[in-house]
Amino acid sequence: MRWCAILLPAMLYAAVAAAEVPVPSPPRGDGAQCVEPTEVMRRDHMKFLMHQRDETMHRGIRTTKHSLVECLSCHTRKDDEGRFVSINAPGEFCQECHAYSGVTMDCFGCHATTPRQPTSRSAQSLGRLLSDTSFRLHIQP
Amino acid sequence: MPATKRGTQINENRRRWLGGAGAAATVLTLAPGVRLLDLALARSEEEPVSERVRWGMLVDSTKCAQGCTDCVDACSDEHGLTGMGRPQTDAQYIRKLDLKDKTTGKAYSLPLMCQHCETPPCVDVCPTGASFRRADGIVLVDKHICIGCRYCMMACPYKARSFVHEDLTSQVPETPRGKGTVESCNFCVHRVDRDREPACVEACAQAGHNALVFGDLNDADGALARKLEELPSRQIREDLGLNTGVRYHGV
Repeated sequence: MRWCAILLPAMLYAAVAAAEVPVPSPPRGDGAQCVEPTEVMRRDHMKFLMHQRDETMHRGIRTTKHSLVECLSCHTRKDDEGRFVSINAPGEFCQECHAYSGVTMDCFGCHATTPRQPTSRSAQSLGRLLSDTSFRLHIQP
Repeated sequence: MPATKRGTQINENRRRWLGGAGAAATVLTLAPGVRLLDLALARSEEEPVSERVRWGMLVDSTKCAQGCTDCVDACSDEHGLTGMGRPQTDAQYIRKLDLKDKTTGKAYSLPLMCQHCETPPCVDVCPTGASFRRADGIVLVDKHICIGCRYCMMACPYKARSFVHEDLTSQVPETPRGKGTVESCNFCVHRVDRDREPACVEACAQAGHNALVFGDLNDADGALARKLEELPSRQIREDLGLNTGVRYHGV
């Protein structure tokens, strides 16, 4: 009887705690599916990024599948004013899980945390670019 | 009849001329700005850069106007270089220099950036291998392994490199930059890898100056090699024997 008195509250507490375990819920990215299955990405995204980093930096291979810039293009959200929110801001895609697992990211000391924000100046240069037909096109054989 | 004969002759000429013009138009409209040679040399996205290409630039200082900073502005825009209001230490990939010959009084203006040497002193002195020369001749800093010792800045005869002293938040996706690392002109490597010209060259041409020509030094039929053949050019500090990728005309 005494055992019951101790065990029952303990079990109740465990049940309540299980329901309240804070699981990270990063916002969904654009599109139906990431570049790899979700389970693979959760475990190995850092390996893909590290591999791509050296390929791009030293060998000039700019495939987009595992590039950090492409992560940003799907996973950054826009605020009410239509400006991109930094991907490492609290609650945003990268930070949500890294805060949960206690991992500090070094990426964003150097790398942009949003796609290029539209400024008046870069909008101008984009306009120039679009109107200019003399820039060389990228040809894929 | 003479009249008919004459008419037939004219038609034949017309036909020959139209045929030639048609062929010329086909070549010209292949795609804007793309020559057949470019198609042959274009590299697929999965293919690494190779030593077959060596990127270089010719600066025609006779066309470079004093006080014009179009190239510098385009560079800052492209790489997200925002100053801290401290000109002594703010990052600059291109410096515009105004020079004057004391004897003759002749004034020159030219942009000075990383000269992308064949034997770069910055690469020689780098203790971690962060400063390196890519196979296609572009000299870069791998900021993932740069420890910020700044030996390369001391070694560079052109003072082409900058050090990032403060935390930054204004980076653009194509050019990661961060506190504690060294950086310099990278020939807009993200553009070059996608068969586009560096931002400074594009801006200079758009402004109508055409003082900068970018291209492959190894391609004898390319725009750069043809221009180098046409104009006498020299390297800055040729005496150092670095075989720079950037050449100057009119200095």
